[in-house]
Amino acid sequence: MLELVDVHSYYGNIEALKGISLSVKTGEVVTLIGSNGAGKTTTLRTIQGLLRPKQGRILFEGRDLGTISTEEIVRLGIAQSPEGRMIFPRMTVLENLEMGAFQRRDRPGIKSDLEHVFGLFPRLKERIAQKGGTLSGGEQQMLAIGRALMARPRLLLLDEPSMGLAPMLVSQIFSIIQEISAEGMTILLVEQNARMALTVADRGYVLQTGEIVLTGDAKALQVNETVRKAYLGEA
Amino acid sequence: MKQWQRIVLYVMVGYFILLLGPVAGLDLPRIVKDISQSPSLLITQLLVGLINGAIIAVIALGYTLVYGIIELINFAHGDLYMLGGFAALTVMGAFGVQDGAPFITSILPMLAALLVAAGFCAGLNVLTERYAYRPLRNAPRLAPLISAIGMSFIFQNLGLFWGGLRSFIPIMGNTAAAPKSFPDLLPRNDILEAIGIESKVDFTVKDLVVLVVAVVLMVALNLFVQRTPAGKAMRAVAQNRDAAKIVGINVDQIIVLTFLIGGALAGSAGLLVGLYNNTIVFTMGFTAGLRAFTAAVLGGIGNITGAMLGGVLIGLLSALSDQYLSSRWTDAWVFGVLVLILVFRPSGLLGENLQEKV
Ligand SMILES: Nc1ncnc2c1ncn2[C@@H]1O[C@H](COP(=O)(O)OP(=O)(O)OP(=O)(O)O)[C@@H](O)[C@H]1O
Ligand SMILES: [Mg+2]
Repeated sequence: MLELVDVHSYYGNIEALKGISLSVKTGEVVTLIGSNGAGKTTTLRTIQGLLRPKQGRILFEGRDLGTISTEEIVRLGIAQSPEGRMIFPRMTVLENLEMGAFQRRDRPGIKSDLEHVFGLFPRLKERIAQKGGTLSGGEQQMLAIGRALMARPRLLLLDEPSMGLAPMLVSQIFSIIQEISAEGMTILLVEQNARMALTVADRGYVLQTGEIVLTGDAKALQVNETVRKAYLGEA
Repeated sequence: MKQWQRIVLYVMVGYFILLLGPVAGLDLPRIVKDISQSPSLLITQLLVGLINGAIIAVIALGYTLVYGIIELINFAHGDLYMLGGFAALTVMGAFGVQDGAPFITSILPMLAALLVAAGFCAGLNVLTERYAYRPLRNAPRLAPLISAIGMSFIFQNLGLFWGGLRSFIPIMGNTAAAPKSFPDLLPRNDILEAIGIESKVDFTVKDLVVLVVAVVLMVALNLFVQRTPAGKAMRAVAQNRDAAKIVGINVDQIIVLTFLIGGALAGSAGLLVGLYNNTIVFTMGFTAGLRAFTAAVLGGIGNITGAMLGGVLIGLLSALSDQYLSSRWTDAWVFGVLVLILVFRPSGLLGENLQEKV
């Protein structure tokens, strides 16, 4: 479904991605793990056209995303729950969710997706009229994921959905990710919480200073020596 | 601000009000006497302030919309409004309407002037964005600000030039720089008298028309921003540009739309002020711009309701100062308010600081 071939991205002169190749197949949950500054967010931004690769190709269902605009990429079916949540602070929960469906005009579909999101996150329904900026961190995370789902994407990009959440909430978010995946969604999950990410994912890539250093089945990565030492905090 | 700095500031402000206030017309016993002698004058001034305030609010919306979207204080906006006045006057000239033309026959020229002034300013504002601001979007923030000041000068000189086209546009009168008289087309019949209220206060058809048009523009803008997809996209871009991109909003298009709407409002205000004050001059954008900017800051820059509230408050303050303080010091009072707000409440009356939580 998604394929990155030797993608290089820059911030000014800084090469943040040094030739990344990865793929995500329909229906899969693929995780991208790595420590701070590895380039995980940069990878997602590049996929969505917020940052343009200097070199390499990004193919989504055979189409090259390298030259088309972010809003077209969204239209093609890629939605993102970004790092830092980026919800609209002065819009209500409902308005935030509606913005997620900005490009859609099928009202009945939007309505049923809204119910679907409220089913996944009952907390959001309780706070439907509250301003996004006054939500707690966990609620904002739910809202960011819900907003991405409102686009009815075919590929969902999640950037550190567990960041800054209490352990209880972390496992709740991950079980919801599993639920979404079980409904058939293809997911590219960026995480620092490698342990949780590898339990929900089918496959994983390990990113280190802009390069993919390791890849394999999630099960295999879980028992991989390097991964255990560097990312699972085991001796 | 530290506690002691705050105290020093309060003392300084108090000092200025006590000592300079009387010089600038703040003489409470006299003001009380004036008001008690002629309460109707106070009401008249409040009406004048309200109407001028509504016009200021329409201009202030242009500042606040643009600031909300790209955090640029568009210094050229006041001068754009001035050009709107000239565009409207030119249309009046083309229709050949004169002072005191019958109301019925002048409706068409006035509507045409509204459309032309709004359209002209909208187009000019979009071009300005495209060529003077957009290339600087990733430059340091000072760069587009300076560019805006440059555009302000260009517009003023354009206004001066336009005023000198008297051989093509006879209505432009004598010398280029001189104030131009704008046809007085709105009837001055007193509405209060017509509905049987005896009073010394005049509230004329003219007042009503100007007020209604300004209010309609503001209500329309509010509905647009709150209800339509494009309006919601404008709010989204203002609140978080990256998030707006991620949900599939074309940010460039929304920025263009914002300049289009701000320009149309400025053009409309140019016509309104011509019809209300019956005179326009190429320098009027400067003061009006500063007042409207003050209004936008007073209400909380970036906040649409705030700009409207701020506009009305500044209009009232100006009118009351003209009458009861000292008309020579009105600008000082208005900009004194600006300074006080910037110091004590930079987020303005309605500005909220809802940050995203990390
Ligand atoms: N806007 C920017 N300008 C310059 N450099 C940047 C910018 N954003 C990121 N970088 C750099 O690019 C590199 C990769 O950053 P990125 O945000 O992709 O890391 P990450 O893997 O998402 O890290 P984290 O887990 O901390 O979110 C880092 O070295 C970072 O300093
Ligand atoms: Mg990141």
